Amino acid sequence: MSVDQNTVRRIAKLARIAVREDELPALAGELNTILDWVEMLGEVDTQGVEPMTSAVAMTMKMREDVVTSGNHQKDVTGNAPSSEDGFYVVPRVVE
Amino acid sequence: MTVVYSMQHRDPRDEDLIKGTTGDWEIILGLEVHAQISSKAKLFSGASTEFGAEPNTQVSLVDAALPGMLPVINRYCVEQAVKTGLGLRAKINPYSVFDRKNYFYPDLPQGYQISQFKSPIVGEGEVVIDLAGGRSIAVGIERLHMEQDAGKSVHDLAPGNSHVDLNRSGVALMEIVSKPDMRSSDEARAYVTKLRTILRYLGTCDGNMEEGSLRADVNVSVRRPGEKLGTRCEIKNVNSIRFIGQAIEYEARRQIEILEEGGSITQETRLFDPKAGETRSMRSKEEAHDYRYFPDPDLLPLVLDQADIDRIAANLPELPDDKKARLMSEYGLSAYDATVLVGEAATADYYEAVMKSGKPGRDGKLAVNWMTSDLYGALNREGHTIETSPVSPKQLGELVDLITDGTISGRIAKDVFDSMYKTGRDPAEIVEKDGLRQVTDTGAIEAAVDAIMAANPDKVAQAKEKPALAGWFVGQVMKSTSGKANPQVVNEIIAAKLGASSDD
Repeated sequence: MSVDQNTVRRIAKLARIAVREDELPALAGELNTILDWVEMLGEVDTQGVEPMTSAVAMTMKMREDVVTSGNHQKDVTGNAPSSEDGFYVVPRVVE
Repeated sequence: MTVVYSMQHRDPRDEDLIKGTTGDWEIILGLEVHAQISSKAKLFSGASTEFGAEPNTQVSLVDAALPGMLPVINRYCVEQAVKTGLGLRAKINPYSVFDRKNYFYPDLPQGYQISQFKSPIVGEGEVVIDLAGGRSIAVGIERLHMEQDAGKSVHDLAPGNSHVDLNRSGVALMEIVSKPDMRSSDEARAYVTKLRTILRYLGTCDGNMEEGSLRADVNVSVRRPGEKLGTRCEIKNVNSIRFIGQAIEYEARRQIEILEEGGSITQETRLFDPKAGETRSMRSKEEAHDYRYFPDPDLLPLVLDQADIDRIAANLPELPDDKKARLMSEYGLSAYDATVLVGEAATADYYEAVMKSGKPGRDGKLAVNWMTSDLYGALNREGHTIETSPVSPKQLGELVDLITDGTISGRIAKDVFDSMYKTGRDPAEIVEKDGLRQVTDTGAIEAAVDAIMAANPDKVAQAKEKPALAGWFVGQVMKSTSGKANPQVVNEIIAAKLGASSDD
């Protein structure tokens, strides 16, 4: 598997990362090196091996249905570039 | 039980087809319903889910996606998803996985929604829907998965800006995906109605569409009957059952028009505008639907114990279909009446309380009629619900008995009912105190008939010529007895007298 410059441009756009056109060839090269390395892992025979989901065998921890948090309006909006009346304010996202 | 037709071999029904200018079209519908789980806390955080709070007051650091925060799943929400799966007679998957669905939007601070993609918690199931004329069909359920809700964006508070409230962010949702088994807007509406009833019986979702606890994405396509499926459009976030019907009708006709003019349908996401009554294309970017799902590394697979599933199954309430079947067999109700009663658990409960409050053998059909006409009418008019009804089930039952045993006529019963509703008094007391007991004494009725006939010899003569005029005498007798005369006895006496004299 390998990626071309169009794919890199698309991935960058989906991830909202600004990438200049002249950076694309180098990025494509780097990504392909990573993919080649991952492909090497494919040589290992994993027939009959369960996918590993955790480094330690354990099941998911659960929480009871109890309200333990809230009323942090100032804190949660504190780092926002703009807020008003308890809302986050962002540039208009619909027409 | 009702005959349930399998969808695989379903022939199009003529009345469901849309007549185009070039022939008939069949609508194919599949629904994705988002149902908010009735929990106190969110799916992966300890913030409250209560509706209507000040903006951003029910937001934990997890919901605001601050760095370093980790999600921990709410056990109760998992149990509600399992319970719902069982209520949909669906396969419960003991092993399911949470994935990240990646996209950027201001009301999604994580940059991804935690959802289930490849391995949902619930697999295939079935919902039997009830349609006009006693017709029932089974709609297949493809899957049910758990996911987080997003926040809310408000676009009209200030020009040029959008305001974001994350109170809803992270609230637990069940997405219930149907198979493309529906063929008309009536069926889609019946499906959502039935689904909502089941969820309310189970108590897993309050089904409140105004508050957004239940919303539907509707997939619509059209085809020539029997041909292969057409391209579909998805109408997002329709929040009332009536709008679901309107959106489907509009969208199907829009697609047919395009196809009949030789065009083709573009697969896209559309919005229903209730004011204009039309669907509109959402300005969609080409890459908007590349969600790049992958297993969420913050969460281990969700593994359920069979013992827990069994415990939830053992504690399921009676479901609407079972209740309907039982009401039909226990009280001899028609499928239609039983369907009306089981629509809300509280209504069915009231009915059963009516039937169980008195002696066995109370007239079940008459009780349904009084509930669905007079009681519902009064409740709607006065802004009451069945739970706050001023007339208790026991009192309504007693009224039914008074009609059945002939103490009062159906007509007088309406006055008694009004008085019961206004004063809360028992029907027997009203009948006694207000002197409303029905007169069945033939002697007294005969005297009343004779008096009216004697006073109106011309009418008697006319009625002998035209038997239909007997009705006038019935009216007069009822009037002179303040409606208390037994109408059947009155009819018989008048008919006999007019008939007997005409033989002279």
